[in-house]
Amino acid sequence: MTRKQKRLSVIVAGLAFLGAATGLTFYALGQKASYFYMPADLTTTSVQPGQRIRLGGLVEKGTIQRGQGATVGFSVTDTQKSVKVMYTGILPDLFREEQGVITEGAFGPDGVFVADSVLAKHDENYMPKEVADGLKAKGVWQESKSE
Amino acid sequence: MVETGHFALVLAFALALVQALVPLFGARTGNSRMMAVGGPVAVIGFALTVLSFATLATAYASSDFSVANVWENSHSLQPLIYKITGTWGNHEGSMLLWVLILTFFGALVAVFGGNLPATLRANVLAVQGAIGATFFLFILTTSNPFIRMNPAPIEGRDLNPILQDLGLAIHPPLLYLGYVGFSICFSFSVAALIEGRIDASWARWVRPWALVAWMFLTGGIAMGSYWAYYELGWGGFWFWDPVENASFMPWLAGTALLHSAIVMEKRSALKIWTLLLAILTFSLSLLGTFLVRSGVLTSVHAFATDPTRGVFILSMLTLFIGGSLALFALRASRLTAGGLFHPISREGALILNNLFLTTATATVLIGTLYPLALEAITGDKISVGAPFFNLTFGPLMVPLLVVVPFGPLLAWKRGDLLAVAQRLMAAFAAALLAVLVTALFIDGASAFAALGVGLAFWLICGALTDLAVKSGFGTVAPDVMLSRLVGLPRSVFGTALAHFGLGLTTLGIVGTLCFGTEKILSIRVGETVELSGQTLRFEGLYPSQGPNYSEDRGRFALLGADGSSTSEITSAKRLYPVRQMTTTESGIKTIGFSQLYLSLGDQATDGSVVVRLWWKPLVTLIWGGGLVMMAGAAMSLMDRRLRVGAPSRRRKATGAVPAASLP
Repeated sequence: MTRKQKRLSVIVAGLAFLGAATGLTFYALGQKASYFYMPADLTTTSVQPGQRIRLGGLVEKGTIQRGQGATVGFSVTDTQKSVKVMYTGILPDLFREEQGVITEGAFGPDGVFVADSVLAKHDENYMPKEVADGLKAKGVWQESKSE
Repeated sequence: MVETGHFALVLAFALALVQALVPLFGARTGNSRMMAVGGPVAVIGFALTVLSFATLATAYASSDFSVANVWENSHSLQPLIYKITGTWGNHEGSMLLWVLILTFFGALVAVFGGNLPATLRANVLAVQGAIGATFFLFILTTSNPFIRMNPAPIEGRDLNPILQDLGLAIHPPLLYLGYVGFSICFSFSVAALIEGRIDASWARWVRPWALVAWMFLTGGIAMGSYWAYYELGWGGFWFWDPVENASFMPWLAGTALLHSAIVMEKRSALKIWTLLLAILTFSLSLLGTFLVRSGVLTSVHAFATDPTRGVFILSMLTLFIGGSLALFALRASRLTAGGLFHPISREGALILNNLFLTTATATVLIGTLYPLALEAITGDKISVGAPFFNLTFGPLMVPLLVVVPFGPLLAWKRGDLLAVAQRLMAAFAAALLAVLVTALFIDGASAFAALGVGLAFWLICGALTDLAVKSGFGTVAPDVMLSRLVGLPRSVFGTALAHFGLGLTTLGIVGTLCFGTEKILSIRVGETVELSGQTLRFEGLYPSQGPNYSEDRGRFALLGADGSSTSEITSAKRLYPVRQMTTTESGIKTIGFSQLYLSLGDQATDGSVVVRLWWKPLVTLIWGGGLVMMAGAAMSLMDRRLRVGAPSRRRKATGAVPAASLP
């Protein structure tokens, strides 16, 4: 091979590598990213059982039930609709009634959302941003709650 | 008196403007007196920033609640150490720490840069001054920590309890030393572009700075990871959270920079690429600052959200990243390219390293920014987490780790792959043995896990092979070998140590992810629980009182083989009454390199408590490997050739005749 051909083959190999990496990245974004929904969004979008999503809203008052062992049930609401969530594990320290929460998991065949992670705020002053934006969009945001 | 601090900050801003403009103008017009202004101004600016920071820290230490920032983030009952670290446990104070470190590095260039060509020194200080001026302006206009309150409140609102930890004393300063340390590499690059030439002293300066910054960034990330691991009570060491990615991207790019700078220094090749990497690395540091500080992300780091700050930081980002890249596009063609080499060579291996690391950086960047872009464009909110990064980042890292041991053993210009492979036979055998032992003797080990362990041993033994080969192990008498080993350049040890540390971290990650076990259960007093051969007995909940919190300590006895208690693990639920905030203090028992991790959950009405228990094999190696990598960087810095300000044999020549001058 001449020097020119060598250089060309190196460049082609490099571009092929970058192309493969880009392809994989966008494939992964399509497959592995989980969408965020509020309960009322679920009436307009179809989410298949087993599809991983993030469900956010407020923990509905009076719905927290401690079941067997470490399993907890509660409802997530955006004040229009609410969804029942089951979670096994330790709830975050700032998990409380009528506080913002994001749960991640998938719907079971019975329509109950089975979460494998529950996120609350890191700080008592702030609500998870997605939840705050969602509540604002639905017109139920109370400024007093967020400071 | 915080007004002194405020005044000092305003003066520092004015001086930064002088530092940005006067030396730059001097360098253009060849006025040596104007160029000389940069040095003293940088040192005085640093002194003023120290004064400013010290007054704020004093206000915190003395609980001066007439200062709004202190009132919002401190409390008189806090232990003194958390009062002081609270100085940077908030947005305003942490920005002040950022700029303090920036002026510190600028002053270092001013003090130790005596042997730099005068115009390069002037331009570097000017760029540093410009960055400093923007950040001073940002602090003074949008994030002023010195605002008073009248009347002064009697008591403060307490520091976020999650931050009341020793981690706050270590993680942010280390991280910022890393982030901001790359600003020197950035300033050198922009200065080289302004001058339109890269000379030999440029290369000799950039590499040690990249090493220093990289060393601190490694420590900052490792410490942040360990802090999150024990403080948040979720038992994970890395969450692929955007904020973590924000610090990881400059680390990946900085690692690439470190390696390409070697090629540049030794072989005068890859100059333009190294320069671009230096710009990109600091740009990613700035982007990280933007992501963390502007409030576009929800995290423990987003202390407060204020839209004006976001807009300001975004403009700053556009100015510096856009400006430097535009300058690069205009001027890069003027720089001459370096020497030629064969693909199979040390240079080739380092380019491969750069290809993988920059692609990995890009993957993390896309995964971090894509959700923000998508939300801005379509309004859809998505989260990109571990599944995405496992699929994209993982496949990029594995081949890179496989080729790491080859790099240091290949010769410059033209290497012999076969000879290197033969030298690595022992390391390969050790890795193979590790795979077999894991697959055959550890229950439940998947093929993936066995290969992961093998990869870690391959890295560890590969690093040792490097030292063995270079000291002539097996070919010369033991005493000769020993004296050769001692006589090896410190940078060879540095490389071996850093790669060894990488192997340890890999081993820790594989061990924790593939062999870790966990249990969630509710437990009553007197009951026992068994996990991976460790037996714990719940001894009960005991209330206790801290200086500014009350807690319920769950005590667990670790039982020996005969059923007697050998040691105790406690995990607590703490209530900080000022903020009405509960935190969980996890209980951790280190056994060998592994840890038993216990996190206390809620108490049920029947007296039982929910407990989450993890067995984390080899988990401490994850951060231990980080420390070894830091030691490698420190060792490399001790190399006489690289020591900042060390006299060079070529010094006289470089001052007068640039290695790559303009046509």
